[in-house]
Amino acid sequence: MDNREGYKDLKARTEDFLQIFRKGEEFTQEVLAENERLRFKLVQLEEENKRARGVDPGRIKTLEEQIASLVEENRRLMERYQEVELENKSFAEKYLEVEMENNNLANLYVASYQLHSTLDFSEAVKTVLEIIMNLVGAEKFAIMLLDEKTMELSAVAAEGIALEDIPSIATGEGIIGRVAADGESYYAADAPGENLELSHPIVCIPLKIKEHVIGVIVIYTLLVQKKEFTDVDYELFSMLAGHAATAIFSSRLYSQSERKLVTIQSFLDLIKEKPA
Amino acid sequence: MAEINFLIVEDSPTMRQLISFALKRVHGAKIMEATDGIDALKKLSAQKFDLVLTDINMPIMDGLKLVSLIRGNDQHKDMPIIIITTEGADEDRKKGLALGANAYLSKPIQTAELLKLVNEYVRK
Repeated sequence: MDNREGYKDLKARTEDFLQIFRKGEEFTQEVLAENERLRFKLVQLEEENKRARGVDPGRIKTLEEQIASLVEENRRLMERYQEVELENKSFAEKYLEVEMENNNLANLYVASYQLHSTLDFSEAVKTVLEIIMNLVGAEKFAIMLLDEKTMELSAVAAEGIALEDIPSIATGEGIIGRVAADGESYYAADAPGENLELSHPIVCIPLKIKEHVIGVIVIYTLLVQKKEFTDVDYELFSMLAGHAATAIFSSRLYSQSERKLVTIQSFLDLIKEKPA
Repeated sequence: MAEINFLIVEDSPTMRQLISFALKRVHGAKIMEATDGIDALKKLSAQKFDLVLTDINMPIMDGLKLVSLIRGNDQHKDMPIIIITTEGADEDRKKGLALGANAYLSKPIQTAELLKLVNEYVRK
């Protein structure tokens, strides 16, 4: 009985030992394989090292110089790119300015062309009204002409206000009268109030032939969409002061001379027809 | 270069010249002018236009009547129409757009704004 148990115990211990031995064998195999792999890697690295040591130092220097040169060129190109970007922006701004100037000149040309395209007084006045309404964007305004006998300004045309509602004004009286007396344009500092005040325009421009004032353009309100005056509006006002004055004055003279011509012609006809 | 035919309908000679001046900057622009709605209809019956710009307040026939007559005609139903209004109020614009106008411009007209709008419809 004791011998049999002793045998079983020995067999179990032998099995355990064999199992440990087999694990040890597997581990040894793995270590050997890893060793082989590392040796292979070592050989490869040695080969690479040999090749690297074999490169001409001169060539490395050239390549390094080329890299430095390319880095420098890249830096220069970046700087040039930034310069060109700035130039481009500056050109775009200049282009917008030229466009704006071109549009302004077109407006001024059209206004000037239309003002001098007629010798009829009522047409000349209508053209001035159209320019103020369509080019400036005024809503309520009037053209007042000076009667040199009475030295009073009277409205001859208006838009947005009945002509008869605009009172005559003596030169030197109030804002409008002062513009006629001094020949200097008036621009109100504040926006117009809720109620229309005919004695307080937002703009008053003298119609001048050289220094001689023949009337005024009075603007009371602007169109809803017209929030403020632009540079071209002031140019227009300045142009209107001279050109509209000339157009109105010459057309009035022409109309008067036409009427006088008819009267004289009729008179001459009468004389001719009178029997001797 | 392909021609682009514009019809300007406007009673004010100043406005006609101003719009015409601006449109001349569109490549290939051929511009015709009409002084009121009736004059415009005569010109529309004689030739095809690529775009019509019309004022609203005109004598004889106003711009709103013109828009409704153009849209009532099959021949011109797809032709772009831009209305030009003096009033800042929305009433004319709403009426014009409801009658079939494609867009509107308010006076005083800004050339850049006009050209932008025109190019948009001409390209279409």
